[in-house]
Amino acid sequence: MENNGTSFEAEALTTPVESAASDESIIQVNDLNKWFGDFHVLNSINLDVQKGERIVICGPSGSGKSTLIRCLNHLEAHQRGQIVIDGVELNEDVKNIEAIRREVGMVFQQFNLFPHLSVLENCLLAPVWVRKTPRREAIEMAMHYLERVRIPEQADKYPGQLSGGQQQRVAIARALCMQPKIMLFDEPTSALDPEMIKEVLDVMVELASSGMTMLCVTHEMGFAKTVADRVIFMDGGQIVEAAPPRDFFTRPEQPRTRDFLEQILQH
Amino acid sequence: MATHQPLPNQPAPVTQRGVIRWLRANLFSSWINGLVTLVVGYYLLTMLIPLIDWAFIGAVFTGDGVDACRPGKACWIFVEERFGFFMYGFYPEALRWRPTLAFALFALAVVPPFLPLPGRLRRSVAIFGLTGLPVGGYILIAGGVFGLESVDTSQWGGLMLTLILAYVGIIAALPIGVALALGRRSEMPVIRGICVIFIEFWRAVPLITILFMASVMLPLFLPEGVTFDKLMRALIGITLFQAAYMAEVVRGGLQAIPKGQYEAAEALGLGYWRRMRLIILPQALKIVVPGIANTVISLFKDTTLVLIIGLFDLLGAVKSTLSDPAWNNVMAEGYLFVAFCFWVFCFGMSRYSHRIEKQLDTDHRQ
Repeated sequence: MENNGTSFEAEALTTPVESAASDESIIQVNDLNKWFGDFHVLNSINLDVQKGERIVICGPSGSGKSTLIRCLNHLEAHQRGQIVIDGVELNEDVKNIEAIRREVGMVFQQFNLFPHLSVLENCLLAPVWVRKTPRREAIEMAMHYLERVRIPEQADKYPGQLSGGQQQRVAIARALCMQPKIMLFDEPTSALDPEMIKEVLDVMVELASSGMTMLCVTHEMGFAKTVADRVIFMDGGQIVEAAPPRDFFTRPEQPRTRDFLEQILQH
Repeated sequence: MATHQPLPNQPAPVTQRGVIRWLRANLFSSWINGLVTLVVGYYLLTMLIPLIDWAFIGAVFTGDGVDACRPGKACWIFVEERFGFFMYGFYPEALRWRPTLAFALFALAVVPPFLPLPGRLRRSVAIFGLTGLPVGGYILIAGGVFGLESVDTSQWGGLMLTLILAYVGIIAALPIGVALALGRRSEMPVIRGICVIFIEFWRAVPLITILFMASVMLPLFLPEGVTFDKLMRALIGITLFQAAYMAEVVRGGLQAIPKGQYEAAEALGLGYWRRMRLIILPQALKIVVPGIANTVISLFKDTTLVLIIGLFDLLGAVKSTLSDPAWNNVMAEGYLFVAFCFWVFCFGMSRYSHRIEKQLDTDHRQ
């Protein structure tokens, strides 16, 4: 794995963030199954996430980790099983899907900012059109979140004028502007230059310490050690092992997990 | 040691700058290129000089009637004398200020992208151009209300008619085309099927056939007593025909938008129509501005086909006067004038679309 060097930097940077997990469940996934054609990409996934819990999902490519979190806001439809988010069941009902998407923010590997809108306008979309926040209030909120990700001065620029790290921080601010209860991160640092990974991870660590429920697909093991309440290892569409980071990294139970950790932590 | 004194900059050698440098680089960079330049230049001159002489130097611009013309030279008196007819067809002369006013308004609605106006004003002008102008223009030109004398569409003609056909065709075809493009990418099989059939049907038929069907065959199927204005039928035919083309141009733009844009918009909780209106279409339409301009320019020229159903657009109006026995042999002047008018408008549209492209470019991609 190429980004190991930076993983260790991030590891050394921060002290563990105190857990904010409550015992109130916010996501329930029961027997989730999904196929891409004949390929069984998610195989009987069961997962319960508490409010405020931070979960890091890792695993080799093709293990279904991205697909799993993309199912949670219905960017992918599942074929069997049940997903309940904040008391709303995710099914084909558009109303339910939109209700869930209002509560779930997502950050993508490729940022996916809207290039025809300025940074500020990117952040205003959801509050103005989905939450129906008055524009002035929405601008205040957007500026608040842009300050939190430390780029308020870029508000009037267009995404194409920013560096990758800045774009990803805007993407985080944009998702936060919807004031979601849950944040999903789909390999948020994988498309970044090594120098920019830290600025994005710092923002994510800060967000974690604020008590946000987070599910992160990432290879940043330093980040996992610092902020995760639970690390989930997936392989072949199944959850192989799920444990608090201390146990996960020091005494993994499954041989498959040990293999994986050896591969990525070797250098 | 002496202190370093910077030398003043000197002009480049005479062969390395200005006209001489340009000539050397572009026309005489090798002996073959030099030869080609000389040969082509010679033939261009031998052809251009007589043409310029015919069209300008020896041509007759003012005078009275055919007698003032000189044989073998252009006789622009013909165009001057019939100018009103070429512009307005049989539209009553006393009322021609009405279409003139309508087109002045049109020009006003088209100009804003070239001016540094505040966004809000620019947007309201654009909305006026798409809604108020067609209605207001129609009322002005057709009359019949507000004490304006009614002018039957059979009296409309000339450049005025060409512009009306093109303008209505474009304004109506664009939204229909966008709707068809979205429908063709819909996940609902029925909607997708209808759009595919519509597009493939209209695109596979020549416009001339559609116009012919609209004017000759449609009346056969309509119940007796129901009549449809001939111009209206032509307009509907042109619009649907162009909508099919437009749909495919827009679909090209929709397909060029990365999947991540759709997903990011979905993840923000935006519904289908908002995703399209706020995220996808602004980007897709921006990409296809050159394609839209292409379609619009070809539509503008295709309007000349209405000649075959007996409407006198610019080409029809000019053509109908060529057989006037009072003027002998003014065919070249007539057709050149038509070509010139079309060129001016098409070139204008081309520049206009470039301008819009530049204005919409916010991507800052390297």
